[in-house]
Amino acid sequence: MKIDKTLILRLEKLAQLELGQEEKLTLEHDLNKILDMVDKMNELDTSEIEPLKHISKEVNQLRPDEIRNQVDAKAALSNAPDHNGVHFKVPKVIPKP
Amino acid sequence: MPKYSKLTSIQNDLLSANLSCAELVEHYLSNIEKSQSLNVYIEVFEAEAREKASALDAKLKEGVEKPGRLFGMVISIKDVLCYEGHEVTGGSKILTGFKSLYSATAIERLLAEDAIIIGRVNCDEFAMGSANENSYYGPTINALGENKVPGGSSGASAVSVQTDTCLAAIGSDTGGSVRQPAAFCGIIGMKPTYGRISRYGLLAYASSFDQIGTLTNSVEDAAILLEVMAGADEFDSTVSRQSVKPYAGLKSESKKRKIAYFKNTIESDQLDSTIQSATFDYIEKLKAEGHEVRGLDFEYLDYLIPAYYVLTTAEASSNLSRYDGVRFGYRSADTRSLAETYRKSRTEGFGDEVKRRIMLGTFVLSSGHYDAYYTKAQKVRRMISDNIQEVFKNYDFIVMPVTPDVAWSIGENDADPIKTYLADVYTVLANMAGIPAISFPLGVKDGMPFGIQVMSPAFQEDQLLNFIFTQHQ
Repeated sequence: MKIDKTLILRLEKLAQLELGQEEKLTLEHDLNKILDMVDKMNELDTSEIEPLKHISKEVNQLRPDEIRNQVDAKAALSNAPDHNGVHFKVPKVIPKP
Repeated sequence: MPKYSKLTSIQNDLLSANLSCAELVEHYLSNIEKSQSLNVYIEVFEAEAREKASALDAKLKEGVEKPGRLFGMVISIKDVLCYEGHEVTGGSKILTGFKSLYSATAIERLLAEDAIIIGRVNCDEFAMGSANENSYYGPTINALGENKVPGGSSGASAVSVQTDTCLAAIGSDTGGSVRQPAAFCGIIGMKPTYGRISRYGLLAYASSFDQIGTLTNSVEDAAILLEVMAGADEFDSTVSRQSVKPYAGLKSESKKRKIAYFKNTIESDQLDSTIQSATFDYIEKLKAEGHEVRGLDFEYLDYLIPAYYVLTTAEASSNLSRYDGVRFGYRSADTRSLAETYRKSRTEGFGDEVKRRIMLGTFVLSSGHYDAYYTKAQKVRRMISDNIQEVFKNYDFIVMPVTPDVAWSIGENDADPIKTYLADVYTVLANMAGIPAISFPLGVKDGMPFGIQVMSPAFQEDQLLNFIFTQHQ
């Protein structure tokens, strides 16, 4: 697999990042090198192997669906970059012309 | 004041009134002052530590209320652990000014046993790095070498113990982030079994790998900290409910063990020759003590790093999507739309290495590449994990070097991220398989320390700690 400029643009969009021209070039170079290293995995035949998804062997422990561990609005908003005391404030979803 | 290397010595002196908690805290605060040029602490909780020390001294003097098990233990916490009312930033610009609304379960448990938290220390941004060079707050420097890295990502945690600014440090280990800096700084680093300590309140990097660990001068301190922090927690659904063993009750044992090492990890030309011969000497010493030690071949050595980086970057890209400049943390000024707020806040808030890993993680999870990379890596992880379980059917422990070489100079590996990634080869195995591992000092090359690590099957930290304790007697 080769990472090219088009793919970098797509990943940038998916990851919600906005990289500079030079940053894009460096990343293209770095990611290609990393993928060359990662492609080593293809030497292993994994056709009969189940993916390992959970490291813990314990099964889920369920609890009653009760509201607990809540914070009030003041605390919840205390780290917000912008708020009006009740809500988080963000710029308009549709940009200004 | 002499350097204390274990809690029991401090507690003996406190109980015989040769020492007060206040004096102890002043001693550490003055060492923090002296080591400022190493860039260890992001924030020192000076007033609080003094207050807590006086309260503890009063408690000890009155003798009415029994002090907690960790009275006299002064610790530093890595900047990825939540402590109510205190800032936690993950060494990142994107969390500057963020104050935690609650404490991590591990921190709660330490405080409940009268530990004193003296400050919050530097680390690689969101624990991504092996040299503590990727921090918004600048690099931390190893006290043992001029301009040498302390390792990472819990680099400053290691230096905080190394320079006697606290007795122990609480870090986190996703691929070696506790053991590698411990080896580079000449102290003991313990990564417990995955799920042994609750991850509630630990900033998430790669959730199926992350584990809280300790950096200490003694095995005894590692053991008691584990005993205090470990165990079930209703706020972490992945934490184990297995009972917590009395780890702190360490005993010197005469038991003869079956120990494996992987020949290709030690015979590799990637391993520095001084570390190589010291590792062989250690193996000979184990044999001389009567243990059965065998060299095996580990056929997956070259696949560890590839699978590790695919899985951890995938998990990181997902975990770090929460940083969007809306509810907390850094928000870019002057954006004209919500979408732009997301993009600009993230772009300006994250450092280069974090962006690199988010991009790689986004790639391996993207449609069309998911199976070839992410699922493939999960399968490789199973093969590696099964192979290690197989080894443990016949052996009690596995011994392995911690690092291919001693600490490098700051900036040396900047141009080549792969070179730094490959240096994790010996430490990622324990995280891939979810098993516990402890690294401890083995020798010194050109003034810089290196270590060795011992791994055991999952949830056998008691065996592991006793074995290493015996070795150190």
